[in-house]
Amino acid sequence: MMLDRPQHLSLVADPARALTNPVWRATSETRLSRIARIVGLAAVAGLILLPAIAPRTLLQDLFFVFTILTLAQLWNVLAGWGGLVSVGQQAFVGLGAYVLFAAIGLGSLDPVSSIAIAAVATAVIAALIGPLLFRLEGPYFAIGSWVAAESLRLVCAQFKSLGGGTGMSLQSSAYSSLPGLKSVQNLFGVRPAIARDIVLYWIALAIAVVVMLAIYRFVKSRHGLALAASRDNDRAARSVGVRTDRIRFALWVAVAGMTGAIGALAYLQKARISPDAAFSVTDWTAYVLFVVIIGGVRTIEGPVVGVMILWGLIFYLSQYGSLYLLVLGVIAILVMLFMPMGIWGAASHRWNVQLFPTQRRLFRDASL
Amino acid sequence: MTTLLRTSALDAFYGDFQALFGVDFEIARGEIVAVIGANGAGKSTLLKSIAGLIANRHDALRWGDDAIGDRPAAEVVRLGIALVPEGRQLFPSLTVEENLLVGAYSGLRSAPWDLRSVYDAFPVLRERRDSRVTVLSGGQQQMVAIGRALMSNPALLLCDEISLGLAPIVVEDIYRMLARIRDGGTAVVVVEQDIMRALKSADRFYCLQEGRIRLSGTSSEADRDTITAAYFGT
Amino acid sequence: MDWLDVAAQGILLGGVYGLFALGLSLVFGIMRLVNLAHGDLIVLAAYLVLFTSGMAGLPLGAATLLAVAAMFVLGYLLQRFVLDRVLGDDIMPPLLVTFGLSVIVQNALLLTFGADSRRLQAGAFETASVSLAPTLTVGLAPLTTLLAAVIAIALLQLLFYRTSIGRAFRATADNPEIAQLMGINQRRIYAVAVGISLAVSVVAAVSLGIRANFDPSIGPARLLYAFEAVIIGGLGSLWGTLAGGIVVGIAQTIGARINPEWQILAGHLAFLAVLMIRPRGLFPGAGHDAR
Repeated sequence: MMLDRPQHLSLVADPARALTNPVWRATSETRLSRIARIVGLAAVAGLILLPAIAPRTLLQDLFFVFTILTLAQLWNVLAGWGGLVSVGQQAFVGLGAYVLFAAIGLGSLDPVSSIAIAAVATAVIAALIGPLLFRLEGPYFAIGSWVAAESLRLVCAQFKSLGGGTGMSLQSSAYSSLPGLKSVQNLFGVRPAIARDIVLYWIALAIAVVVMLAIYRFVKSRHGLALAASRDNDRAARSVGVRTDRIRFALWVAVAGMTGAIGALAYLQKARISPDAAFSVTDWTAYVLFVVIIGGVRTIEGPVVGVMILWGLIFYLSQYGSLYLLVLGVIAILVMLFMPMGIWGAASHRWNVQLFPTQRRLFRDASL
Repeated sequence: MTTLLRTSALDAFYGDFQALFGVDFEIARGEIVAVIGANGAGKSTLLKSIAGLIANRHDALRWGDDAIGDRPAAEVVRLGIALVPEGRQLFPSLTVEENLLVGAYSGLRSAPWDLRSVYDAFPVLRERRDSRVTVLSGGQQQMVAIGRALMSNPALLLCDEISLGLAPIVVEDIYRMLARIRDGGTAVVVVEQDIMRALKSADRFYCLQEGRIRLSGTSSEADRDTITAAYFGT
Repeated sequence: MDWLDVAAQGILLGGVYGLFALGLSLVFGIMRLVNLAHGDLIVLAAYLVLFTSGMAGLPLGAATLLAVAAMFVLGYLLQRFVLDRVLGDDIMPPLLVTFGLSVIVQNALLLTFGADSRRLQAGAFETASVSLAPTLTVGLAPLTTLLAAVIAIALLQLLFYRTSIGRAFRATADNPEIAQLMGINQRRIYAVAVGISLAVSVVAAVSLGIRANFDPSIGPARLLYAFEAVIIGGLGSLWGTLAGGIVVGIAQTIGARINPEWQILAGHLAFLAVLMIRPRGLFPGAGHDAR
């Protein structure tokens, strides 16, 4: 516990006054986090304006970056803070994507509502299978989640109306009701297909920012603290009244729903789905896990660092086939062996830097 | 009498928590030495440090002429130091005989203690040799624990609270056994909360309080008041 | 549906899954480690045998023995230098490291051998069949696999219950800290355990490679079947693992008879059903739990 400036620990002269005007306050803000907040706002503003000058490929790359980043943040809070180490989150990506394709392809609904429906449907399924999976602990929960993902993949492959085992595509008419398409076309003077990419890019950016901020709020909150306590020592946490099961269940459902939304968005952009792709362990779990491990578990800055590294690796090595995946795996193992806190975690620890500070510091109120 | 084991300024830590502060302890061949003290005084910590379960400075522990403070437990038992751990801690999926046999895993010395001589010392174990240890009584389990430690033919036997939870008559038997073990050439350290029992069976004693040695001496010169003061730290 | 045939095919398939699961069960029983790369290491073993027998020209039996030795050494080194560093109370590091290993093995095989399906050549043995009863004919290869599973388990049980190192394994599984007091070097014991696990997996790999085509990507599916067999059977019992494999095998066979596309799903559903009704498995051993 560190104090910002030297304090004299003197007894409060008037106890009654101390109760009504507390001398101590707890806060997570630091000067660095304030600076980071300003820089972050500037960066987001820049990203919003980027479509004006960026080529289409960059926007598509960034779309990928934003979706992986969001999935990574979600997995991080589920596994790192919540202690639910799942290697089956691709279940919810695939489920969200398939519900979207069903809503648009079969139900003729508009894309945005379909994303919302996908999120809700995924959350419901997660709520149903969660209690079953929670009977398994630790590594067995991990594989159990993988079995669940595989089962859902096989179930989705049975729906001939959604393409069966080979999959289906979305018609471009499905996108005509995307909000803002006309305005974007006029504003930037681009074709409908590119306008579509721009709108989806903005949606991905918005979701990434919102999810990150929501996770930050959650981790700093009472509930986040409760979760960290129950992860460290479940029995002790329960003995002081922390309702670990409820919080963990709520987290599981919320993360699943958001993951479903990302899956829906991602496949909306791809316009084509197949069971093997939508439920792919490599695309939706391996990347996510590696990004979090290499960047730094249990930090919010970590996955940002991790996804940058992933982007770089794919950019430079994808010409060599699946070599980049191999390299990614080797780096991840080396990091786990020698730098278990991840790149950001190690740097943050060494130089005591936190852009999203989550620790509470105790300050004496100088006004008293 | 040759000194078997000596500790110099032994500190012990559990993470950041310091449990022992500068402990100087020694035991010679043919001795029974008692370590007494209240709960949490550091008695078990001392034995675990000697046995190698807690890492230490290289020269904090000397076995004869060798500095062994940083040796791991699996090596320490090969040197001839065996620990009967607190709470017995037998292997639940092994039978009585298998627990004893595992004690001989390091396989260096096969005399004087082997399966037959352990059964001779504790005949009731021979009858129950194929039973799961979990169905034995407390006293019988304690015998298995001691026998298991003996199977490595140690020169130094460390006994951590072996009278805990046992009926007085069983404790008598066990301490009589310890005397025979000592007579057979093995030095014995007993950690005890029962002061009178400890002083009755041991040649010398150390009294630990909050990780420090407050008092030591021969059992014959032990004075009740001085011991009580050291025990409780008054 | 010819129930006798279903039962026979299911049991034989179960033998394969039991074999897959043995290595996994062993390592979890002793070390509490779940190796997510288990399936991929089986596939690696299959490629190893393929390489030495097909491309280097050794007869299948010799190639298998060579692979057993090589995989034992690989397992020993893997534990000694990689897994040992991450074993501990936190479940994340070993999970993530073995997951990373899974990705590495798959992609290394892909880069080395390509994505084409392969098969181990065993001549007439592959398709030979034998008549067990007037109405029942089974393949010789699957029957041999089941026998191999039974023999492997019997040998392992002998190792665990009649040898000094077997006692050391069981003692370490019970209480690793106290086992050290017996002079048991934990790191070395674990390394031998992983070595044995991989060596046993070679037998599974060969039986897989003879019966069906394999390629670098089929590892994870094998891991899931193996895992299901272990959970259904109950942790801590090798015979239970075989029984669990047979349950999965029978479930898959029934599913396949109803609709070939439902084979694998039927296995998963059987697993989920057991998880709901008897989460500790059918034959749980003493003191080892997934709960």
